[in-house]
Amino acid sequence: MTTAQPVHRSLGMSDEEYDSVVGILDRDPMPAELAMYSVMWSEHCSYKSSRKHLGRFPTEAPWVVVGPGENAGVVDLGDGWLAAIRIESHNHPSFVEPYQGAATGVGGILRDVFTMGARPIALWDQIRFGPLDNPKNRYLLNGVVGGIAGYGNAVGVPTVGGEIEFDPGYTGNPLVNVMCLGILKREQLVLGTAGTPGTMAVLLGKATGRDGIGGASVLASASFDDASGAKRPSVQVGDPFEEKKLIEACLELYEEGLVVGVQDLGAAGLSCATSEPAGRAGVGMDVDLDRVHTRESGMTAPELLMSESQERMMAYVAPEQVDEVLTIAEKWEIDSAVVGEVKAGETLRISHQGAVVAELPAATLADNAPLYDRPAQRPDWLDEVQARPGPDLSTHDPADLLEKLLDDPAIGSSAWIHEQYDHMLFLNTVVGPGSDGSLLRIKGTKKGLAVSTDGNGRLCYLDPRIGSARLVYEAALNVAVTGARPLAVVDNLNFGNPEKPEVMWQFKESVEGISEACEVLGVPVVGGNVSFYNETDGIDINPTPVVGLLGLADPMPEDPPRLSRAEEGMELWIVGPAASDNLAGTAAQRLLDDRPGGIPTAPDRETAVTAVAVAAELAHSVPVLHDISDGGLAVAAAEIAIASGVGVVLDVPAAEIFSEDPHRFLVAFETGSINLPPDALKFGVFGGNQIVINGSPLDLESAASSYREALPRRMR
Amino acid sequence: MTTAVVVFPGTNCEHDVVSAITGLGGNARLVWHRETSLDGYDSVILPGGFAHGDALRTGAIARFSPIMGAVSQFAEQGKPVVGICNGFQILCEAGILPGALIANRDLSYICRFVEVEVTDTATILTNAAEPSQQLRIPLNSYEGNWVNPDGEGRVVVRYRGDPNGSTEGAAAVANEAGNVVGIMPHPERASDPLLGSTDGLVFLRSLLNSLVSV
Repeated sequence: MTTAQPVHRSLGMSDEEYDSVVGILDRDPMPAELAMYSVMWSEHCSYKSSRKHLGRFPTEAPWVVVGPGENAGVVDLGDGWLAAIRIESHNHPSFVEPYQGAATGVGGILRDVFTMGARPIALWDQIRFGPLDNPKNRYLLNGVVGGIAGYGNAVGVPTVGGEIEFDPGYTGNPLVNVMCLGILKREQLVLGTAGTPGTMAVLLGKATGRDGIGGASVLASASFDDASGAKRPSVQVGDPFEEKKLIEACLELYEEGLVVGVQDLGAAGLSCATSEPAGRAGVGMDVDLDRVHTRESGMTAPELLMSESQERMMAYVAPEQVDEVLTIAEKWEIDSAVVGEVKAGETLRISHQGAVVAELPAATLADNAPLYDRPAQRPDWLDEVQARPGPDLSTHDPADLLEKLLDDPAIGSSAWIHEQYDHMLFLNTVVGPGSDGSLLRIKGTKKGLAVSTDGNGRLCYLDPRIGSARLVYEAALNVAVTGARPLAVVDNLNFGNPEKPEVMWQFKESVEGISEACEVLGVPVVGGNVSFYNETDGIDINPTPVVGLLGLADPMPEDPPRLSRAEEGMELWIVGPAASDNLAGTAAQRLLDDRPGGIPTAPDRETAVTAVAVAAELAHSVPVLHDISDGGLAVAAAEIAIASGVGVVLDVPAAEIFSEDPHRFLVAFETGSINLPPDALKFGVFGGNQIVINGSPLDLESAASSYREALPRRMR
Repeated sequence: MTTAVVVFPGTNCEHDVVSAITGLGGNARLVWHRETSLDGYDSVILPGGFAHGDALRTGAIARFSPIMGAVSQFAEQGKPVVGICNGFQILCEAGILPGALIANRDLSYICRFVEVEVTDTATILTNAAEPSQQLRIPLNSYEGNWVNPDGEGRVVVRYRGDPNGSTEGAAAVANEAGNVVGIMPHPERASDPLLGSTDGLVFLRSLLNSLVSV
């Protein structure tokens, strides 16, 4: 039976999906029901194009407490401590309205974490834009950074790190991924369950309005064109003050043991916050929309169910504890309403103005979502791209190239961004922004949590499997240089239009690469997010998976390595395999050649494991450890020299200078004080006021100025 | 000897302040803004954050919070009152300290370490400092630019350099009696060598000293 009606298509639902709803209900859906299925079955909420492949990820380890599928992944840190971690994208909203898009991305990821019972302790932002010579891109960068700062600072959670990348492909489709880490004691863990019949559903937080209606289906799950500005009403508006009060109120509810389960209201709003907990608990629920506190009059049932108004949580509470919950809500000056009651059976029954507007099997909104096995095919153009020769560096002066690389806004100092973020709140930030990985202490313990977030669209464009695997290895090395061992991965998979077989191929290859690397390192994937349809006017972005890796240092080094700790006379060594002459996907290539080409150097499993172990061990005894990444050894050594305010003289094989081959890192220390692996190579000594590469000098002050000004001078 | 650390909805530095004070051997307890009494406390700190979401302007709503009557009384009685960052803004808005804090000169949020110099040691927040002592502590604010049209108040800590346009380079301002001090940078954020500086302890130690001597 085909009952094609324009209304389901305008909600982003295909005719086949509509037929499937009719099959479940055995009748035509009522408008509210159609609204619920359309948002819950959107790409953004249902992962219908990706779910089949995400099963590839290794997700198990003895320390995994909660794996993928809940609001956030949770891992055991020992001694009763748990960490909750989650990453999510807000790409499309940030293009349509950069400040609010990014701000509400922060708000959403925070709720995912404190929904688990955790106090959010830190945020990281992964942001990607088109080149800054285009004023639109400067506007977007300003807006996104402003939104992250405006929300994160005011909500009182420090933003302690992140990454920025520029590529023409992001001009019409910037990427904004935000990751949040929370910590909790084991007994405070809360899951998204509705509990048993009799449990009451209490809606906490901001009043519901019409903002964000269809955000998940209309905005996040479709491609862009020139008319995208018309989608602005689908972007939600954030209120960090409401969120701050909501965090404190929820944490007090958990502390008092007053909730059975909690679900945040993000994408798909009330539809999700009722059906998912009920589905997980295998129960039904009666919900009365007239009790929902609203800030606009005359909202229809579909609007109430689809609204993505921010700063709302649904708490599931035993009936005898409802009064206590409402009292705590009152104390924190947040609104609350008892909107539903859990029932035996499986029916989610929603009434509005005296009429039943939806009556459907709760679990079908999540469990019966469509599952697509979209065709995948290696792009025809890839052979030609991979066959392109790399740049010839022999005709370039290395000091000259270094200065140009330091002036690259993706390589230069991120201070212009991170000084707009409160990155110090809570007194945990031991190693903060501008370093390889962040290191946060857990007060009252000897433990340190290290986090790195890494993405690299160019590498993944040239070879999505190699590129994606290398992200995991790089992130692992970044946490290792702070003294931590890798514990868990979350990923944010930003790709183009999945209906194109080439994009699906890139996606599958990337999942494979991440999975392989995680298996090699023995690190589980505990959560993730997929963002498809990152295309504008038919052009897809480079495949851009972003990996967030959590590491545990237990104990944390007493005096962790820092880029600023090099001193006159210290030796500089490189540890790792000798560099090849392959510059595919490197910063040097992008500096000298508009078009990336070649096949990036493949990672090596055995070396990867050794490098991480050696670095994590060295972190307890050396003053400076630094991963080699964008710009190679030259940039890495210059970053140490600039941060420490001391020059360095390098004498190094030519292939090593700008190579970004994986598993390599730098160590600096006083002569003779450290035992390094046999393949380590001494190649530099700190001193003077120049950076000298094989005889070619660059004034330290000039290098520092290029590095400091790379981003701000382009934003003025 | 216990310090009250006032929590408004939107305050976020309260736990940091408590942990820095207890780290120095002092006692500190959180006091909710709807309380009306500070009986049993010897000093009060209004910590940093975004009280009442900075609605209207920083401190504009917080000055009406029930606890503020007791804070004013405390100040009049000559007992130690400290406002850090947003707390400084609230004290100005409440008229307990002179002047006001407006947006930074460059209209940008600033979160970084700054160098300051103690220019007046005769206050409850600076008595442990050497005259002209130079310190390195984090600034973290958007409205950190102190303006003072009436010319009142004592500038007791000054920025070296000019990060935000503040009048007379003021990083901290005291009332005439020296028992009320507002400071824009965060002493509690420079309280542990692991975090890059312990210079902020000079201020907190001054506060604890003044409790003993009151």
